[in-house]
Amino acid sequence: MIEEIFRAEWSRIVATLVGFCGDLHVAEDAAQEAFAIAARRWPVDGVPDVPRAWLVTTARNRAVDMLRREQRHTEKLRTLDPPDQVLEEEAAVDEPTLVDDERLELVFLCCHPALAPEARVALTLRAVGGLDTAEIARAFLVTEETMKRRLTRARSKVRDAGIPFRVPDEAVLPERLDTVLAVLYLIFNQGWGDGRTDLAAEAIRLAGLLDELLPAQPQVTALRALMLLHDSRRAARIRDQVIVPLAEQDRALWDTGQIAAGRDLLDQALARGARGPYALQAAIAELQTADPIDWGEVRRLYDTLLDATGSAVVALNRAVAVAETEGPAAGLAIVDGLDLGNYRYLHSTRAELLRRLGDHGAARAAYDRAIELTTTDRERRFLERRRAEL
Amino acid sequence: MRYALLIHELPGAYDGFDDAQRTAITAEYTALRDDERVLSGERLQPVSTATTVRAGGLLTDGPFADTKEVFGGFFLVEAPDLDSALELAGRVPAVRLGGSVEVRPLAEPAR
Repeated sequence: MIEEIFRAEWSRIVATLVGFCGDLHVAEDAAQEAFAIAARRWPVDGVPDVPRAWLVTTARNRAVDMLRREQRHTEKLRTLDPPDQVLEEEAAVDEPTLVDDERLELVFLCCHPALAPEARVALTLRAVGGLDTAEIARAFLVTEETMKRRLTRARSKVRDAGIPFRVPDEAVLPERLDTVLAVLYLIFNQGWGDGRTDLAAEAIRLAGLLDELLPAQPQVTALRALMLLHDSRRAARIRDQVIVPLAEQDRALWDTGQIAAGRDLLDQALARGARGPYALQAAIAELQTADPIDWGEVRRLYDTLLDATGSAVVALNRAVAVAETEGPAAGLAIVDGLDLGNYRYLHSTRAELLRRLGDHGAARAAYDRAIELTTTDRERRFLERRRAEL
Repeated sequence: MRYALLIHELPGAYDGFDDAQRTAITAEYTALRDDERVLSGERLQPVSTATTVRAGGLLTDGPFADTKEVFGGFFLVEAPDLDSALELAGRVPAVRLGGSVEVRPLAEPAR
C-alpha cells in the first residue's frame, strides 16, 4: 500500500516541495522523511483520506525544520520563528485536497542542459523516479559513494547556478524537450542493455508521465511507442543468460499486448505529426515485429533517419538492413567505412557479416575485438558461442 | 541572481570585416548593454596589450600560452534565473563568431 502510494506520489511531493522551498536537496530529504513517517504511522493510525495532502504537509514541515536548522547552523542567527509544534497526526487537516502539479517543472529542472548528461540521468531517477542512491549507482555500475557525490554536485549546481524550476519558454522548449527525451531514452537503454527490467519499466513510466503532462508534443508519444515496441521483445531477448539476436528469437515469447499498445501509440504520434528520430525508430521497431520483416521498408526508414541525424550508429544499423536487402558484402562495405573503432557493435556486426560471407579468419578476429569491448556477460557469452561455431 | 557573462573571442574573428560590419557588431553589443538586466559591461583591449603576473614577481607578455579563445570582455547581469542569463549570453555576437560566453553566478556575500 505505502509502496504503491510512494510510486504514485513521490515525484509530485518532491515537485511541490521544490516549488515551496526552492531547494532540490531539502525537497528530496523532506519527501523521504515524510514517507518514512507514513510508513511508521499509517499501519497504526490508518491511511489518511488524502494521502497526498498529508504527505505534502508533513514534508513541508520537515523542510521548514531543515531550513531553520541550516540557517542556524550557518549563521548562528534565528531570523525565523521557532518551529511550530505541528504534529504529523494534525497535519493535512486544513490542507486543500488539490496540490498543484509541478512535476513538469521538476523534469525540466533535472534534465537542464547546464548539467552533465550523467547528472541529468541520476537526478531524474532520484527526484522524479524515486530511486535511491544505491539503486541508481547499481544501474550505472558505479559505487554508491560516486553516485552520491554526483547527485550532490548536481544539486549544488542547480542551486548555485540558479537553474530554474519552470517549464522553459516557447523559444527553447523544443531543444529542452529533446534533452528530456534523451535522458529518458538513455535510462531505457541502460535497462535494456543490461537486462535491468526495472530501469526500462521506470523509463516507460516516466515517458508516460511526460506524455500526460505535455499532450501537445507527439514526439513524447513516439518515444513511448519506441520503448514499448522494444520492451515487448524482452522475454525473448535473453535465453539461458545469453543474448538472442532478433532473427533467432522465439516470437511466442513476445508480449503481444505491449506490441499492440506500442503500435497504437505510434499511430497516434504519426497522426499528430511526429516525424522525428523517435517516430522513425518506433516505425522501424514496429516493422521488426512483423513476420517476415519488410527489410526494404526498414532500410528506407534508416535512410531517412540517417539523413535526419547523421549518426554513425544509425549508419551501422542501416548497414544491417542493407545486408538483408543487398547481401552481406554490401553491408560490410558500409560498415568498413564507418569511424566507430571502439564501438562494440561495429565489431560484432562486422563479425556477423564476415561469417555470412564465409571469411572465418576475419570473422574470428572481429569477434575477438567485440568480446574485448563488450561490458555485459550476456553479450560476451553470445559472441563466444558465435565464434566457437565458426 | 547576479551572473557574469565572460566573453571569450576567437582571435582574428573580426579579420576581413569592413567598417559597416564592425559597426553592426558594436551596435549589437550596445543593444545588449542597454538590456534592463545588464548592470554593467566592459570590453578589454586586445590580448597583445596584456601582461601576466606570476609567483616570484615573474611577468610575462600576454596571457596564457596557446589559448584558442581569449577573454575579451564581460557583462554583469541581474537575472531571475540561469535560463534568463543564458538567453542574454546566446545573443552575444562573439558566440556566432566562433567564440563562447561562460555564464557564472557571482559569489554573493553571506547576509
